Amino acid sequence: MSAVILNAVSLGLLWAVMTAGVFISYRVLGMADLSAEGTITLGASVAARLMTLESGAVNPYLATLLAMLAGMLAGAVTGLLHTKLKIPALLAGILVMTALYSVNIRIMGKATISLLRMDTIFSLAAEATGLEQRLVVLIAGALITALVLWLLYIFFGTELGSAIRATGNNDKMIRALGMNTDTAIVLGLMISNGLISLAGALIAQNQSFSDIQMGIGSIVIGLASLIIGEVLFGKRTFGIRLVAIAFGAVIYRIIIAFVIELGMEPTDLRLFTAITVAIALSLPLLKKKICKKFGRYPVTEEDLK
Amino acid sequence: MMLEALNLFKTFNPGTANANTALQGASLTLKEGDFVTVIGGNGAGKSTLLNAVAGVFPVDAGSIVIDGLDVTALPEHRRAQWLGRVFQDPMMGTASKMLIYENLSLAARRGQKRTLRWAFPKDELNSYRELLASLGLGLEDRLATRVGLLSGGQRQALTLIMATLKRPKLLLLDEHTAALDPKTAQKVLEITDKIISENSLTTMMVTHNMRDAIRHGNRLVMMDGGRVILDISGEEKQKLTVDSLLERFFTAGGEEMPSDRMILS
Repeated sequence: MSAVILNAVSLGLLWAVMTAGVFISYRVLGMADLSAEGTITLGASVAARLMTLESGAVNPYLATLLAMLAGMLAGAVTGLLHTKLKIPALLAGILVMTALYSVNIRIMGKATISLLRMDTIFSLAAEATGLEQRLVVLIAGALITALVLWLLYIFFGTELGSAIRATGNNDKMIRALGMNTDTAIVLGLMISNGLISLAGALIAQNQSFSDIQMGIGSIVIGLASLIIGEVLFGKRTFGIRLVAIAFGAVIYRIIIAFVIELGMEPTDLRLFTAITVAIALSLPLLKKKICKKFGRYPVTEEDLK
Repeated sequence: MMLEALNLFKTFNPGTANANTALQGASLTLKEGDFVTVIGGNGAGKSTLLNAVAGVFPVDAGSIVIDGLDVTALPEHRRAQWLGRVFQDPMMGTASKMLIYENLSLAARRGQKRTLRWAFPKDELNSYRELLASLGLGLEDRLATRVGLLSGGQRQALTLIMATLKRPKLLLLDEHTAALDPKTAQKVLEITDKIISENSLTTMMVTHNMRDAIRHGNRLVMMDGGRVILDISGEEKQKLTVDSLLERFFTAGGEEMPSDRMILS
């Protein structure tokens, strides 16, 4: 059982990086960016292909970094489709996600790449430290997540970062204050998809393969993690919201490990996750209706956001 | 001249059943330090004129010059460096999910390049505290409060502070008290007058309230059918009453009766 928990926590920490990406598009920019489903696979594909190149494997650390850059590029495409060509955000994301399916197959050259017995950042770190690889994933996941969240905290406290936050909150206002909101949206989506792609590269190295299907349902997993974190930690300050991401992603994985232990079919997990997210997203409205019916605690507009 | 808006034309949705000609040769020139109130019936084009100056949309014809610089072709976010704006909707001028000091920090950098420098230095926050204390609304103790928790009047007062935090060449007020209850509207107008006179700001205030238009500013402009039909300043402006203003409206050839709301309020 403890091995199951350990695994769940490690996996949760890697997915926390993905969740941070979803947080930026969904909560900071206020956009449902579906390109995430393609960029998580893009990150896995780029890293896996580079690490298994016939002409000489690329160093896993470099491959992981390049995977992140590829994701940023994909995010820029979504952002430009939305801001410059005025394609609705949801559709722009779907277009990029769909296009990335072909791109990812092109990158990998096939539907799946195995990384078994290949050097990964985790195996290299295990060799260097002499620790068991399972433990290395846990520690590396924690360090990477902490680093990512810390950098996000710093960035969104800068002049540029706070203007991006304002863009998601009230674009008319920040335009009146001189920020080019198109730039803000493209930058935000680049960071978001860069992180999601980075997460894809890490997840592929942890599970020792990259697969064209691995992105399916990832946005809902990200949302579920995000909402679990918000329910448990609240949304008081930006710092708390960032910390909540890490815990939300880990707790999501522990819940999943638990329901599988209870005997749920792994193929039913996505249904389970989708229902959980649907309920969580409708909670504020349900709360309002119930309060109205019983005439108590009027819910403010703030609660609905 | 601080503002020279000359011969502006604007038709929304041209060539469709919803085509709406909002500006038909509107011109307005403001000297430095002018505080003009803009009044007119519904559809007279007063908010459209203000938004054309702000660059919310491009005009079809005409030119807009701010302090000698032709800005006609510049997008909204590029013009922001010279303009302070307050909107009719109190929700519009602030970021509700961000804190008071975060909103002020965003406004302090209006029109500047947004860098990777930390946006909330300590000494800056202290200066905000002093500034808010001057409003007398108790906001100085709530710097770390989410703006969404403030009342409409508090939000408009905050937006006014934000619009003038970095001195604008031109302050644009778009019916900024219309959504407030009369008492709050009065208070916000007092604050407006105070900020404008203390900083001797060139100001354009659109309003639907004739009394406010007469009571505030050194100039009064009336619009009708997308054009400026009356421009009253100086002593003449000081002597204006609601009745004399209505009379001048009709002799100036105003066709559409100013709305009841305008006359009664």
